[in-house]
Amino acid sequence: MISLRNISKAYPAAERNVRALADIDLDIVKGEIFGIIGASGAGKSTLVRLINLLESPSSGEIRVDGRATAAASGKELRALRRDIGMVFQHFNLLNAKTVAQNIAFPLELAGELARPQIKARVAELLERVGLLDHAHKYPRQLSGGQKQRVGIARALAGRPKILLSDEATSALDPQTTQSVLRLLSEINRDIGITIILITHEMDVVRRICDRVAVLDGGRIVEKGAVEEVFLHPRHPATLRLVRESEGDEAENRIDLSRAPGPVYRFTFLGEDTQRPILGAAAREFGVDYSILAGRVGHIRNLPFAQLTVALVGGSAFGAVNRLQASGVVAERLSDGALSVAPRAVNG
Amino acid sequence: MSFDAIDWGDIGIAAIDTLSMLGGALGFTILFGLPLGILLFLTGRQQMLQQPVFYGILSFLLNILRSVPFIILLIVLMPVTVLLTGTSLGVRGVIPPLVFGTAPFFARLVEAALREVDRGIIEASQAMGGSTFQIVFRALLPEALPGLIAAVTVTSIVLVDYTAMSGAIGGGGIGDLAIRYGYQRFQTEVMVVTVVILILLVQLLQASGNRLVAHFSRK
Repeated sequence: MISLRNISKAYPAAERNVRALADIDLDIVKGEIFGIIGASGAGKSTLVRLINLLESPSSGEIRVDGRATAAASGKELRALRRDIGMVFQHFNLLNAKTVAQNIAFPLELAGELARPQIKARVAELLERVGLLDHAHKYPRQLSGGQKQRVGIARALAGRPKILLSDEATSALDPQTTQSVLRLLSEINRDIGITIILITHEMDVVRRICDRVAVLDGGRIVEKGAVEEVFLHPRHPATLRLVRESEGDEAENRIDLSRAPGPVYRFTFLGEDTQRPILGAAAREFGVDYSILAGRVGHIRNLPFAQLTVALVGGSAFGAVNRLQASGVVAERLSDGALSVAPRAVNG
Repeated sequence: MSFDAIDWGDIGIAAIDTLSMLGGALGFTILFGLPLGILLFLTGRQQMLQQPVFYGILSFLLNILRSVPFIILLIVLMPVTVLLTGTSLGVRGVIPPLVFGTAPFFARLVEAALREVDRGIIEASQAMGGSTFQIVFRALLPEALPGLIAAVTVTSIVLVDYTAMSGAIGGGGIGDLAIRYGYQRFQTEVMVVTVVILILLVQLLQASGNRLVAHFSRK
């Protein structure tokens, strides 16, 4: 759907070229929700603006729907942009227009639909985002969550194939964030639109993204399925982002030298979280265990549990083998196995 | 002080002259100043049509006009005025210098009002595939409307000031009356009446400007 090859972006600054992005290679598949996560200043906003041509790359090639976009200008450029909806952190609604007028705005700019058709489309969108009662209000009369719903409806008005979300929930409270994320995920499911979501919060990625790329200092340092990146982060930048979303009670506070035995981290995913496999394996191999840290939750709708456990007595080796045979991912954290997985891992 | 000696007919005519100078000059000021202001805004730094050289030249020219005191501009522009209107006297004779005096000022106010519009709104309009023309006329100007109305209000008050000054060189109107009767013939009553009329006019302009701004503010 979208491919970025060898993209770099430099801004000419007073003294030296400031490199905003370097060596970006990315393929985004039709219909997926792709997250791009990074701390502020990592280059996320620049990256997403390359896709809808608000910015152009210094080098490299971008293809949207198979078409190279670099050559587009004037009319063609505007047509390309119309195929890509965008939602912003600060909503960017027109204050002088009502909710309905804001949603109609891109359609009026495109000038392809007649007035009654625009009206019908706006009504449809108002219903979709649950704002039918607010059609004639002005943005200042709305809450943040409602404003973002208007932003989403506006972005969808021209039936784009791609939706870019630039920190769409960063200005919202946690509850509103949830409802906006739910809306995005419903839209993705219902109309199959490809969503590219920029965020600095791992929680947002965990809730709705299929795949994720981690951006640090203008480079992609890690990318893959959200399950993989979230549960087994490798790059320090990823670890930092995961840890931020987990709060302070993290695995990195465990003193491994004081553990009563070898320490393992077991990751259970999906159905496995429901099965009593840890207890069964422990009993079978005469192992006792103490839980040192853990996190339990969902990645999208997929349940997961990740426990950091010290195994005491019996045959730890046998128990671990049994767990691995049942599909549990086991990582040994103490006793020289630190090279397998970094020690300072989130909990 | 005796107000019996005042020729109210003269004052009426002078008031109408002042209002026609004000109306005519304001109309032309907006006609020339608004496009200039939009041009300044668009060609400014980091704006849609960024053109540093063009912006610099335009800016320099407008600053020259703004740095000449109005009373001097009136005299300097006389030949131009005669060329444009056939006379340098009366209402018609002062409208060109009034427009030259206030259009650059108004253009700056327009530029500032447009800059007040959140850049995110421009970005969003671009992302929707809007052309520069569409963005200016369908997004920027409506969003900046309260600021533009405030700019018109301030400009019209400056114009009241300038019309009074132009009385000095034969522009007519209330300023002319104040100078001829109040100053040269020591009729203090006429001076008082003209000052009161000017105060009322300015208050009226400001109050209606404020009401319109409040009416169109959606922020």
